[in-house]
Amino acid sequence: MYPNEIELQWSVLIVLYPFLTGLVAGAFILASLERVFRVDAVKPTYRLALLTALAFLLVAPLPLQLHLGHPERSLEMYLTPHRSSAMAMFGFVYLWYLMAVLVMEIWLDYRRDIVVLSQTTTGIKRLIYRVLTLGSSNISDGALAVDNRVGWIITVIGIPSAFLLHGYVGFIFGSIKANPWWSTPLMPVVFIFSAMVSGIAMVLLLYMGLNRLRGKPIDMRCVDTVAKYLFYAFIIDFSLEMLDLIHRIYESDESFRSLDFMVHSRLFLSQVVVQILLGTVAPILLLGLTQVSRLSEIARKRIYTLAGCLTMMGIFAMRWNVVIGGQLFSKSFLGYTTYKMGFATREGLLPAVVLTVLPFIILFVLVKLLPPWADEQTEPIARSAAVH
Amino acid sequence: VNLTRRHFLVLLPAAALAWESILAGTPEAAPNYQISEHWWGMLVDIEKCIGCGNCVRACAQENNVPEGYYRTWVERYRIKEVNGVETLEVDSPDGGMHGFPSSDEPGVKQFFVPKMCNHCADSPCTQVCPVGATFISPDGVVLVDEKYCLGCRYCVQACPYGCRFLHPQKNVAQKCTLCYHRISKGLTTACCENCPTGARQLADLKDPKDPIHEYLRTHSVQVLKPHMATGAKLFYHNLDGAVR
Repeated sequence: MYPNEIELQWSVLIVLYPFLTGLVAGAFILASLERVFRVDAVKPTYRLALLTALAFLLVAPLPLQLHLGHPERSLEMYLTPHRSSAMAMFGFVYLWYLMAVLVMEIWLDYRRDIVVLSQTTTGIKRLIYRVLTLGSSNISDGALAVDNRVGWIITVIGIPSAFLLHGYVGFIFGSIKANPWWSTPLMPVVFIFSAMVSGIAMVLLLYMGLNRLRGKPIDMRCVDTVAKYLFYAFIIDFSLEMLDLIHRIYESDESFRSLDFMVHSRLFLSQVVVQILLGTVAPILLLGLTQVSRLSEIARKRIYTLAGCLTMMGIFAMRWNVVIGGQLFSKSFLGYTTYKMGFATREGLLPAVVLTVLPFIILFVLVKLLPPWADEQTEPIARSAAVH
Repeated sequence: VNLTRRHFLVLLPAAALAWESILAGTPEAAPNYQISEHWWGMLVDIEKCIGCGNCVRACAQENNVPEGYYRTWVERYRIKEVNGVETLEVDSPDGGMHGFPSSDEPGVKQFFVPKMCNHCADSPCTQVCPVGATFISPDGVVLVDEKYCLGCRYCVQACPYGCRFLHPQKNVAQKCTLCYHRISKGLTTACCENCPTGARQLADLKDPKDPIHEYLRTHSVQVLKPHMATGAKLFYHNLDGAVR
């Protein structure tokens, strides 16, 4: 072990960062299924997926900000970015995705509702909706058709953008040649597919959970389709991860013995047990079961919930194993260190838990403000009055 | 001043740039030092190193290196053969600062390897810095601007040699500066100055009179992890293949 390597540089907060952006990218790609690929069955999750993506995207930079030694200098990344640095592009990729894709698409999709709500609500709510209309209250059929068209174009741009957002996060790790655990061109691709898996699973769980809380029936055609896509994405994700593993074992380069020992010792629980067995193989088998056999509605719901929860755990473990695992061994391939997580410290467990809960609070507010449910669709009081 | 909103918006970025330049100030002048006439590196002769730790202590003192972190350190390699299989032990207690416990085990190949920043010409650490706070100076020294570093630690991850750390109080990346404050005044580094056997030699690859040229011509030298293609300028003589 080189003496400066004993202390880990990237903490649990940096584990959260790819986990949160992965959920954003995955949720957006699920939303695009309906919009671009015309998978009508998943329509009930469309708006929820967009709001989920926004809630998680708003929180995604916070763990990074908290982790910086000098957070007050973070603006320098925008003002004087270093062009050869993968990390310098973060701010631009993030802003592009947030402002040009997600916020635009949500606004266009909700514009009609916002205009109607700005006319039907009172008090502070009315003020909020009035601001959100951005001064445009035209909801004529022609205007809505334009909204729809522009929204479609944004979604089409949004798909590669979602891939960029998370593929880029993978590139930050994959391009570090000093670290053999990270350095693989597969990293961005694995990150994209694991993002799709986590985002789809999150929206699936949220859709079922929120409908249960609202006491509304779950659209089984919708969740069956979402689960089917989750299953497909998972198969690709698992194949890529296994390809990476087999490649490493077969090549057995100079780092292999060191990494192999690490996987069999310090990472055994989080990598082999939690990530691979419980977090990947188990949900694939469970979802596979629903694809090949005719199960009752209640059995399917329970399987989807269980598989969804296992998936979230598995993807979090995957991020953990990449970020923390990549710092547990020495770059000399001689020796290992351990990660000691604080509790109420700046990069400890407590801020990590707060940052994990925060997107759900934001989502709660967003769902209240912009209801994503088809059964709560707003109707204009007098259509003609709204047209100017 | 009759300033329209349009003019104000046009002038804003220019004003921001001007303000940045004012904040940056004037660089410290070194009238007798011609930056373009040097290209610094270092030569380490493994056979000469006795593992005394003088270099580590001198560096810590000269540069106020925080305790538990190292801008330079010394590793002891011990290679022995057990039933035809080579086993390797490496230790570096306190970075070798206080020397090493003696070991007279027979049949063991033992040697010391001083380590520090390789001041790579194609350094992976400067490549990844998101704001360019770490950079390679025109005379070939990799430095960190402490007033600019965000403390993101991407450079620490990118260094293949484990030479960087985050200063625990300043919260910025730190590393060997090749005693830039000394070499730009015609002195040698603190570690070279204090090495009792001359195992470390500062080398100016642009100076035709520097003995490094003769040495490189007549000796076999190696850099650490050559497959990383970092353009390392820390040259080792008699480097064993086991050293990483």
